[in-house]
Parts: sequence; C-alpha cells; structure tokens
Amino acid sequence: MNLASGQELPEQTYTVTRAALVRYAGASGDFNPIHWSDRVATSVGLPGVIAHGMFTLALAARALDTWAGATGRVREVSCKFTKPVVVPDDDTGVEIVVRGTVKNVTDEGVQVSLEVTCGGEKVLGMPKAVLRA
Amino acid sequence: MAVDATLKGRTFPPTPPYAVSEERVLEFARATGSTYDGNAAPATFPIVVAFAAMTALMEDPSVGISLHRVVHGDQRFTYTRPVVAGDILTATLTVDSLRQMGGADIIGTRSEITDADGRPVCTAFATLVHRGEEA
Repeated sequence: MNLASGQELPEQTYTVTRAALVRYAGASGDFNPIHWSDRVATSVGLPGVIAHGMFTLALAARALDTWAGATGRVREVSCKFTKPVVVPDDDTGVEIVVRGTVKNVTDEGVQVSLEVTCGGEKVLGMPKAVLRA
Repeated sequence: MAVDATLKGRTFPPTPPYAVSEERVLEFARATGSTYDGNAAPATFPIVVAFAAMTALMEDPSVGISLHRVVHGDQRFTYTRPVVAGDILTATLTVDSLRQMGGADIIGTRSEITDADGRPVCTAFATLVHRGEEA
C-alpha cells in the first residue's frame, strides 16, 4: 500500500440486486423484512425494499481493501445511515459508487474520507476510515 | 411509549459465544463481493456478533423498545485486530447514551467484542433511533 495525503482513490462501482440482499441477509443474520418484502417496506412508509445499511457499509469496506491492496488493514470505519438505497425487483438492480480521498498519513494510520452514492445522491453520512499504516 | 429512562449506563449480559468458521467468513465475503484469502475476515463481519447483542437489547421486554420502530442511525467499528476463522467471539453491549429528540429515543450503544481469552478484538458502536408513536 502506497497512499499519499491528498490522493484521490480510484472510484469503485458495485451493483446491488434483490438477490444480493437476500444473500446478505443470510450471511449477516439480519432478516428484517424491509430488506426483502415490498409489502412490509411500503407498510412502514418506505418506497420499496431497501438495502441493509450495513450492506452498503460493507461495500465501502470492500473498496478500502481494494485501495489498501490487502485485507485486514481497516483499523476503524464509520458512517451515518442517512438515505435508504431502494433496490428494485428487476435483474439490473442499482449501482453503488464508492469514492475515497486520503486525508492524512501518519505513523498511526491512513485517514480516508469516503463518499458513497447511489444515483448521484449520497447514501451514507460522513463515511470515513482509518487504515493501518 | 418511551424507553426505560434508566437504560443509560446499563450493561447487558454477554452474547452466547459465536464460533467464526471459514465457511461463515466465506459466505459473508461472497455476499459482499469481498476478498477472503484465509486471513482477515471482511471488516464489517463482526456485525454478526454485534447484531446479536443489539437484538437482545431490543427484544428485552424491560427496555420498552418496539422493534418495528427502530432505525439504525449510525455505526462505527474500531479494531484491535482483524477477526479470523477459529475465533470464538462474544459481544457485551452497554448503553452509553440515551436522549430524546423530536419524539424519538436516540440510544447510543457500545458492544465490546472479545475472543475466547477475553481479549479485545473490536468495538462496535451503533446508534439506534426508536421512533415514537406519533413519528
């Protein structure tokens, strides 16, 4: 890993489909029906089935591994869940775009600020991470 | 109904030990498209243990939370070391903060995740937003 302060990290794009949500539900143990049932999602005022916030954060962490060039380098990762990612019931799904900027590099670690968007809108609030130096 | 006002500062019993197997890590890595090379589990994998601790809090009848009114407000993980297959993890949740805002209870939780020797692995901070009846 050779990350320098101020560096813009290569944008990562990931596709999220309904099938991916079902798979994530099983892997994570989060079976909240708002992530797989339109009926339940709309009954609580959502436009439709939404992705698990933690699934979107997992995609941000996936981008961090890619930029770090290795797994296990994330020392800290955080975000606010500000806007739901609505995933349509089709074969195309939606695209999540993860961008990152290196804020600071010290002996303590590499601070990365993230931007996670769907359809051009930010879906996570203040996503950021620290990678092992 | 608001949640129990004495909730702040309360620590819940540790979750049952969770044995991290290669298969579970691989399943999580595949579900998120992450790389797993047999070493570190994906960074957000510990949510499986933290989620169990949060579920125990939300399902505790003395707390007064209606599950369908809860929204995950934010999440932060800090790691002492990555999770690896073979770990046996336990999460112990403490309610760090409790405040009311616009008819909602804002519950700040901290789950300390430790290994079989009781050594720290990671800490998961989550804010749960419990919307009131009118919200």
